[in-house]
Amino acid sequence: MHEQSIVESLLALALENAERANAIRILKINLVVGEYSGVVEEAVDFYFSFLSRNTIAAEASIAYRHVPAQLRCRRCETIFTPEKNNLHCPECNEQQVDIIAGRELYIDSLEVE
Amino acid sequence: MSVKVLTIKEDLLGANQEKADKNHKLLDKHHNFMINIMSSPGAGKTSLIMQTIKRLKDKIRIAVIEGDIASTIDADKISKQDIPVIQINTAGACHLDANMIENAIDKLSLEQTDLVVIENVGNLVCPAEFAVGAHKNIMLLSVPEGDDKPHKYPLMFTEADVVLVNKIDVLPYFDFDVNAFSDAVSGLNPSARIFPVSAKTGEGLEVWFSWLEDALK
Repeated sequence: MHEQSIVESLLALALENAERANAIRILKINLVVGEYSGVVEEAVDFYFSFLSRNTIAAEASIAYRHVPAQLRCRRCETIFTPEKNNLHCPECNEQQVDIIAGRELYIDSLEVE
Repeated sequence: MSVKVLTIKEDLLGANQEKADKNHKLLDKHHNFMINIMSSPGAGKTSLIMQTIKRLKDKIRIAVIEGDIASTIDADKISKQDIPVIQINTAGACHLDANMIENAIDKLSLEQTDLVVIENVGNLVCPAEFAVGAHKNIMLLSVPEGDDKPHKYPLMFTEADVVLVNKIDVLPYFDFDVNAFSDAVSGLNPSARIFPVSAKTGEGLEVWFSWLEDALK
């Protein structure tokens, strides 16, 4: 839901790193997106397509690697992927849990030339 | 021309976090305490802020930063209380970020302020992602929204230091189970304080006021 500011940071980071490596073009951005990051792919693509105009990233594609949410039960330490709207541990039904994956939102790598 | 792969591993919110840390340090330097109030639209953020101002303005010098997508309705209400208000119109953005808060803080006279209250944009998702440099995150959930929200929006509840259950005056008309809600919040966030209140009738607010006064000490 907040893709515009996300894409602004994405583009700034990508350009900064590509220019530092003396690249003339960014071909692909490998992005890691956690389930809880609240980021919608279509919206990222949409903003990227016009924010990247007239930059060396104008032709770049974004490849998404999705990370499902993972929780760890604080009682029995079971690690599980929660079902929709149910954060209880499937082993012991405890709801004291820590979010251990799903918040990711980072550029893993760039493919440039 | 050959294709090269550059390893980055850099967080997209890293720049925001750095700016948030900067805001935090600036406030510390001036002995200011900042709270970031987040909730869905209509949960009662403005009413809570108005009550807090009325009750504490003689003891604490308060300033408010109002985040709205458009309009100055909330800011107008609050400035009637003779409190400095900075309005941020996000022009479509669904949250406040550290940069907007930096610009707003810049307009406040920090030497004449003890408490900076941020009213974030009404939204249960995005504001939780963007640190602004606040000392405490305050989350409001109103009874009509339902007690299942921690399961649907876990991040927001994980980030909150205080969760206020607002509009408890209408509890008899809704199937809202306060205990189930509290258990769900504590499950995600055992250190969160949970205060049932009504910003309309004033019920339960004394606990919130004393928490806030203690936090400022």
